[in-house]
Amino acid sequence: MKISSGAVVEGGTSLNYKTGNWRDQRPEIDPESCKQCGICQEVCPDDAVRQVRDRYEIDYNFCKGCGICAYECTAEAIRMKNEEK
Amino acid sequence: MADIRVVEGSEAVALAVKACRPHVIAAYPISPQTHIVETLARMVADGDLNAEYVRVESEFSAASVVSGASTAGSRSYTASASQGLLLMTEVLYASAGMRLPFVITGVNRSISAPINIQVDHQDTISLRDSGVIQLYVESAQEAYDMHLAAFKIAEDPSIMLPVMVCMDGWVLTHSYERVEFLDQEAVDRFLPPFKPENYLDTANPKTWGSYAEEDVLMEFKYSIHKAMTEGKSCIRKIMAELTALTGRDYGGLVEAYRTGDAEVVLVAMGSMAGTIKDAVDDMRREGKKVGLIRIRCYRPFPYEDLVAAVRGAKVVAVLDANVSMGSEGAVGLDVKSKLIGRPGVPMVIDFIAGLGGREVNSTAVREIVDRAERLSSSGLPPPEAEWLDLNPAIVP
Repeated sequence: MKISSGAVVEGGTSLNYKTGNWRDQRPEIDPESCKQCGICQEVCPDDAVRQVRDRYEIDYNFCKGCGICAYECTAEAIRMKNEEK
Repeated sequence: MADIRVVEGSEAVALAVKACRPHVIAAYPISPQTHIVETLARMVADGDLNAEYVRVESEFSAASVVSGASTAGSRSYTASASQGLLLMTEVLYASAGMRLPFVITGVNRSISAPINIQVDHQDTISLRDSGVIQLYVESAQEAYDMHLAAFKIAEDPSIMLPVMVCMDGWVLTHSYERVEFLDQEAVDRFLPPFKPENYLDTANPKTWGSYAEEDVLMEFKYSIHKAMTEGKSCIRKIMAELTALTGRDYGGLVEAYRTGDAEVVLVAMGSMAGTIKDAVDDMRREGKKVGLIRIRCYRPFPYEDLVAAVRGAKVVAVLDANVSMGSEGAVGLDVKSKLIGRPGVPMVIDFIAGLGGREVNSTAVREIVDRAERLSSSGLPPPEAEWLDLNPAIVP
């Protein structure tokens, strides 16, 4: 890979930067307990929670493991687990 | 016919900037930079200069405006001093990283606290690691010439970095000197329009300074360092081109003044060099083999020229108008780092001199030469930096 002078790249390409590798704790949603309220999606600072049909999923490409979703989940459906690499 | 006039140093700078046809100027006033930007603001207001003059609320904004304007492909200029330069610091590092070739006049003034508006080099020296090229000038004429060179150096495709022309506050900005001006056609021939490879364009959007993880960050930083170190030959070439145009030769990156057979070599930057040259001439008349190296291009550091110029000297005495607290002066540290380990190099002694406008006159220069000679022949290792003209009795 050749780097560009001034780190100038094509615009609108931030999704290419997978910042999820910063994570050392991963949130996991228990589909049984989840009430689909969507609070986790609202509070996620990285916009890493997606609604997929009738459930919510974490996009681990961008989730940095801050744990705000687990803290805010009223149904206690999200558990933070140690990331293993 | 050359246009020759007696003008204030600040006006010489403003006229140089005008001749370079900048698109955008943004500045926040601070002494002793004010006359430069007031003059440019008046030129724009009077319709003598077709540029956008952006009044901003801080130096952080001034640097941000010229950074953004440069990204859009505009030739851009700002100027500041002292605290204002420090407030620009974050933006200047980012601008160097994004390879934005604007020009800044760094008007040298002491850093608070205590508050002081007189000249020393602490402000611009504090920016030496930012990736901004730094040229230090001795006279109003050189300030004029170097602003023309600065844009050409900055915009060279192999360099593409901000360039700061450092000039001593008051001593150079507010003194009147004879200055020879180039005509507009000559400047236009020397400095063609700015045409960067990348510029902001809604039809072809790009991101500057995008994200870089640990796998490539060092390579980005190295590319800035490489543009500087390898850029020295380009800077020399541009200086030579300007010499051909003006007939004025300042010696490229380093001016060596009577160093040929010198046993004591002084090293300094900026207007202080004028006094030192007079002192050198006086001492030469008395048979003392003394010379001066004036560093004009401080970043990139021209160690090759420096090493060549001190060859055969017994002792090098550096006059540093700055101090790295807890260590020594920045120029002294640079000089030592490039000489150490070479065979037969002279002892280097650092003198902290002229902080906050403290006068460095020819008597002081003679004292430094005597002191350096005594220390180098004492058989003792070089002492820590000596603070010239310090009055220890009043130090709390």
